[in-house]
Amino acid sequence: MDPIRLIRSRTVVMPGTNIDTDQIMPARFLTTTTRDGLGKHLFADWRYDSQGKPIADFVLNQAEAVGCQILVAGRNIGCGSSREHAPWGLYDFGFRAVISTEIADIFRSNSLKNGLLPIVVDAATHQWLIDHPGAEVVIDLEARRVSLPNGTSVEFPIESFARYCLLNGVDETGYLLSQDAAISAFEKRRAS
Amino acid sequence: MTPTTLFDKIWAEHEVVPETTDTPAVLYIDLHLTHEVTTPQAFSMLRSRGLKVRDPKRTFATMDHSTPTLADQLFGRVPIKLESAARQIEQFDVNCREFGIELLGVTHADRGIVHIIGPELGLTQPGKTIVCGDSHTSTHGAFGALAFGIGTTEVGHVLATQCLLQRKAKSLAVNVEGDLPSGVTAKDLILAIIQKLGVAGGTGSVIEYRGSTIRGLSMDERMTICNMSIEAGARAGLIAPDETTFAYLKGRRHAPQGADWDKAVAHWRTLVSDPGARFDHELHIDASKLKPMITYGTNPGMSVAIDETVPVITGDAVYAKAIDYMGLTPGQRMLGQKIDTVFLGSCTNARLSDLEAAAAIIKGRHVAKGVTFLVVPGSQQIKRQAEALGLDQIFLAAGAEWRESGCSMCLGMNGDLVARGAYCVSTSNRNFEGRQGIGSRTLLASPAMAAASAVAGCVADPRPLLA
Repeated sequence: MDPIRLIRSRTVVMPGTNIDTDQIMPARFLTTTTRDGLGKHLFADWRYDSQGKPIADFVLNQAEAVGCQILVAGRNIGCGSSREHAPWGLYDFGFRAVISTEIADIFRSNSLKNGLLPIVVDAATHQWLIDHPGAEVVIDLEARRVSLPNGTSVEFPIESFARYCLLNGVDETGYLLSQDAAISAFEKRRAS
Repeated sequence: MTPTTLFDKIWAEHEVVPETTDTPAVLYIDLHLTHEVTTPQAFSMLRSRGLKVRDPKRTFATMDHSTPTLADQLFGRVPIKLESAARQIEQFDVNCREFGIELLGVTHADRGIVHIIGPELGLTQPGKTIVCGDSHTSTHGAFGALAFGIGTTEVGHVLATQCLLQRKAKSLAVNVEGDLPSGVTAKDLILAIIQKLGVAGGTGSVIEYRGSTIRGLSMDERMTICNMSIEAGARAGLIAPDETTFAYLKGRRHAPQGADWDKAVAHWRTLVSDPGARFDHELHIDASKLKPMITYGTNPGMSVAIDETVPVITGDAVYAKAIDYMGLTPGQRMLGQKIDTVFLGSCTNARLSDLEAAAAIIKGRHVAKGVTFLVVPGSQQIKRQAEALGLDQIFLAAGAEWRESGCSMCLGMNGDLVARGAYCVSTSNRNFEGRQGIGSRTLLASPAMAAASAVAGCVADPRPLLA
């Protein structure tokens, strides 16, 4: 995984609340056996009509969305299914961060493991972002700060170990494997 | 000693390395359930790193999500219609064989929905940590197990190390008191709880369902409750094990036997929240006031009692979009809303007692003209049990379809779909946009209401049909 320190990007805004992972990645695309190429299916049922043509007024189909790395979404994005295909699709499309006032547990955990920063901000900051789509935002993972172009900057919470892994481009699998002795000792203790 | 919760106790028993400010806990996982959809990329990771499965005996596999429910496809008399699903099923078979994992393959007599067969085979037991790449893993909490859904990267973690990195969640007590009125089911209770909590009310928490109402529920009913914990955003749902739990498990294939059974039960009896244990949050529900529930919107929190109307909410664009998607009108009654499809199935409501409840209503009656009624048992065992009781004949005589087990119409990825714009009264767990197929409109309800609605051809109250 590539290390992440700073994300500087315009935002795409999807203000709806409770955007579930069935919308982010509909179930019919889950029959894949790889994690590649899911970006083209991202929000498929909101993005394409029944003929498969892009729906012009959907935000991801607009010219301004091209190259945006930050998705600002309504409260409780990522609720529902545990499918990791949702963050895989967002990442493949080009997103590197999702900002909301609340992010569902499993989606947040899956995102952190795939270089997609789940960022929870206060209601006022969130409202400003909702009201200013396309704003140039800077996310500083090392400082745990989101800076808005209006000069304000807020701190965001992020699990310390996940942050360490993201900053250094290491994954949790390696860390867990390094715990082998402790795991073996635990197994032995329980068996006795 | 400080009184602790059931969640605290299970957590403490599985801490390989406790959490610190800098690092999450290394939590040991007793049972890892797997299926064909959320695992292929995890096995690929093992291969690319040259890793083995640490303890293949702790991982158990079945086919359910993309697996067809039509017998001809399932038993290979005709090819599986969805090519990508067929490839996925084949790949899972290869993966399980290569890594030495026991798989109940497509034609196995004990195959079924992963959250139905875990308990059925006695794999699910009190005090265990149980994970699966599926959010409805919360179902197993009905046995007093700490059970939660994980992503595919974490599936890889468990395969490779039998552990997960976890921060401890908060605790939420949902206290339910009072007798459920006649005709009001566990499904109605959990829909009412989610309505009260909201779909994010449980985020960051493990719910423990408590109180006299919960104690009085059967294991099937408890599973329905815990299954939908995730629909309130909760990490997991828990119910303390008791005599009902032990009676269910005794004699099941993977349950402890003989002296081991007595030892296990003695331990299981300690798995309760101590008197005075503190929860981070509490919610109180009076079950005696509840009525049959039905959803009208596009998330499981958007529900009303059967005699209520779709709420009138102005100035809320998200609400307006949901109601527009559903093709409903604020202020209208749900009772009498015309429907096209009825689905009785899923890990929420496809156990034998669910099929019996629906059969009791539909017996001697007929599915309304123009309505498709799909009945999908939760496992092949349940299917055989139902057939031994003649339930299949009751459904078939009424004009319903009787299928092989699987996730089926709960999610549109195995060929069982609700048509665009069609209304489906469904005993499943999610009414998200497009969940049952592109443009599908899902109305979540109990098996009894599903059967009553199939007969009426519209949303119907099951209570008048309960003889």
